[in-house]
Amino acid sequence: MSRLNSFRELEHMRRRLCQERQNITTTVMACGGPGCQASQSQAVIAAIRKELSQQGLDGKVRLRATGCHGFCEQGPLIVIEPGNVFYCHVSPDDAFEIVYQTVVKGEVIERLLYTDPVSGEKARTESEVPFYKAQDQQLLSLNRLVDPCAIEDYIAAGGYSSLARVLDRVAPADIIKEIKASGLRGRGGGGFPTGRKWSECREAPGDEKYVICNADEGDPGAFMDRGVLEGNPHLVLEGMMIGAWAVGARKGYIYVRNEYPLAVKYSRIAVEQMRELGLLGENILGTSFSFDVVISRGGGAFVCGESTALMASVEGKVGEPRPKDVHTVVDGLYHKPTVLNNVETWANVPAIIQNGSAWFASKGTKGSKGTKILALTGRIKNTGLVEVAMGTPIHTVVFDIGGGAVNGIPIKAVQIGGPSGGCLPVSKFDLPVDFDVLYEVGSMVGSGGMVVMDEESCMVDVAKYFLAFLQDESCGKCVPCRLGIDRMLEIITDITEGRGTLKQLDLLEELADTVSQTALCGLGKTAPNPVLSTLRYFRLEYEAHINDKKCPAGVCKALITYSIDADKCNGCGACLRWCVQRAITGEKKQTHAIDARLCQKCGICRSECKFDAIRVV
Amino acid sequence: MPSQTLEQILDGRRSQPNQLIEVLHDVQENYGYISEEAMQAVSQGLGVPLMEVCRVASFYKAFKLKPCGRNHLIMCMGTACHVRGARLLLEQAASQFGVNPGEVTPDGLFSVEHVNCLGTCALGPIVRENGAYHHHMTPGKLRKLIESLRRQGTEDRQNVQAK
Repeated sequence: MSRLNSFRELEHMRRRLCQERQNITTTVMACGGPGCQASQSQAVIAAIRKELSQQGLDGKVRLRATGCHGFCEQGPLIVIEPGNVFYCHVSPDDAFEIVYQTVVKGEVIERLLYTDPVSGEKARTESEVPFYKAQDQQLLSLNRLVDPCAIEDYIAAGGYSSLARVLDRVAPADIIKEIKASGLRGRGGGGFPTGRKWSECREAPGDEKYVICNADEGDPGAFMDRGVLEGNPHLVLEGMMIGAWAVGARKGYIYVRNEYPLAVKYSRIAVEQMRELGLLGENILGTSFSFDVVISRGGGAFVCGESTALMASVEGKVGEPRPKDVHTVVDGLYHKPTVLNNVETWANVPAIIQNGSAWFASKGTKGSKGTKILALTGRIKNTGLVEVAMGTPIHTVVFDIGGGAVNGIPIKAVQIGGPSGGCLPVSKFDLPVDFDVLYEVGSMVGSGGMVVMDEESCMVDVAKYFLAFLQDESCGKCVPCRLGIDRMLEIITDITEGRGTLKQLDLLEELADTVSQTALCGLGKTAPNPVLSTLRYFRLEYEAHINDKKCPAGVCKALITYSIDADKCNGCGACLRWCVQRAITGEKKQTHAIDARLCQKCGICRSECKFDAIRVV
Repeated sequence: MPSQTLEQILDGRRSQPNQLIEVLHDVQENYGYISEEAMQAVSQGLGVPLMEVCRVASFYKAFKLKPCGRNHLIMCMGTACHVRGARLLLEQAASQFGVNPGEVTPDGLFSVEHVNCLGTCALGPIVRENGAYHHHMTPGKLRKLIESLRRQGTEDRQNVQAK
């Protein structure tokens, strides 16, 4: 690849790539996202590649290993164009048929089609799948168009044209005006207006400025940024470059989780390719703009989601936050003005430049514009990455896209926004995905993690889980967070182990209030949210633990017993064979029994019983 | 064998304290953990006090200060995995190994650690075994996995002894 020295050379390259690609009309898009990879998609891709070659289709059919398509639960996924044919749960053994029957003959393989569990109907194309129907994929849909390791794919799909456009004829101040007008707000958790951040950084004194992309997605239960960065790294980089040009930065950092090896690898490859083409370095596209990007790996500390802690970590130091009397847009990385946005925020920028702020602002609500990617997980049928217009009701996400309850166990709540967010009961499901609305009811959009819980999820246990997480992740610098969370966890542990009193609930609320008002950084300030929201909406569950010494969901070990349902047990002996404690007895074909004194409640019998005969009460 | 020596890792980064975390990542990738000797070399190479190297290495969860077992299991404790019963899996592994998370079994065969999120939430609970992902895990499936790893470990050892 030779260096591109002008806008015309970039345009020429795009035309040439498109012309070269015209002859190949059939494309097999195989999802290589994290979910599908865990389901062996690499083997599927290799098998299809081999099959294409054996059937003489090298150079005639395009096989593209793409980033995440979203529907992880059904992976490995394949989409074949033209025709939008959608196959799920594909295995390497299906490769011959897929190539011979669908690619060559254009016939659909019935058994690989998706069957809607609600209607029982098969979806013949991807767009017919209910999971995708209610979505508005603006960012995720781009994942299908590119191989994350091929800059040619990105350029052929129109990539870097927004950058060329701003460098050519949009003044930095006008870019910021456009971003402000679009109403884009930070997708990482805070929801701060992006345009305002940029403008404050631009106005901050100093010649040396930085832009940072936060790809250290530390929220448990969230993988939106992974989906975007691993699927389309150039989109994120183009957004960063537009931001850098707007604020006057010459250097950028991608702070990425080391737990996401593919994100690290793909962003490194992307940066190398850009340097080769002169899209990074001095005088980009022959203009006065010079910019470079460094990939900086995170150390797996949740507190580094806090801007000042993240910047300390990029500097190679311990990730402790500092008081933000002066904001990072003025005093940030190496004490220079710095814009920090997360992956999804940066990824939204090129399209806003391309289509205009009015286009972006046409989606969403009054205060929350555009689309939001949500990680829909937990006790629900269809899990995966979901992108909806802001303002979409939670109900639509959980039931229409998510497909509702698993095994008929009623859905009880959804936890939105990770450890800083809160749990909302089903009665609040008509609320929209909106920064301000969710904040008012004690939750938050956060980075977009949406964990669904059903009647078998204990809300006290969930609160305890988050407290334990935050206690572990607290950097220990300020007392309210370090000791406050500790004490709150002690109380909740008492409750889940049957030692709780009603008086402790008041103390818990008091502590929560103190911690949120006095902690130094966002981690501490929002730490009580999971406790406060569960106390607010699920107080009865707390009371059941305290008054009746019962865990209604059957989760808290100290308050439950395992037993066998005589009506369902057929005496197959599977539980007996696997019980390590030898707590289960019974003759073959006779109802078995569990000796509660020996039972360790390890859950093996329950997972091995095929007849759902193990009861936990 | 590490593919890069400490010297090679430090090459081009000497006297650059801001490279500390990157260097520690590379040390761990090559050696499996960060030893005291490595910390001393890094401290000298980058010009960062040993105490600061130690502080950074112990602050971040990503860094291991002790070697892992031959089979290293990583249990995801993310929210999505948690509501699908991940805690039972961690307890299962710890009781089967007879050691706490972060420790190595006396035969050196196993170690287990828990992480906050592996980012494969849709398929939870997730267990990563020597780099391979096992999704939708149950206590029963985990028990079988560990037993098959143990059998293989014992066979390998017998083969080595036979040779």
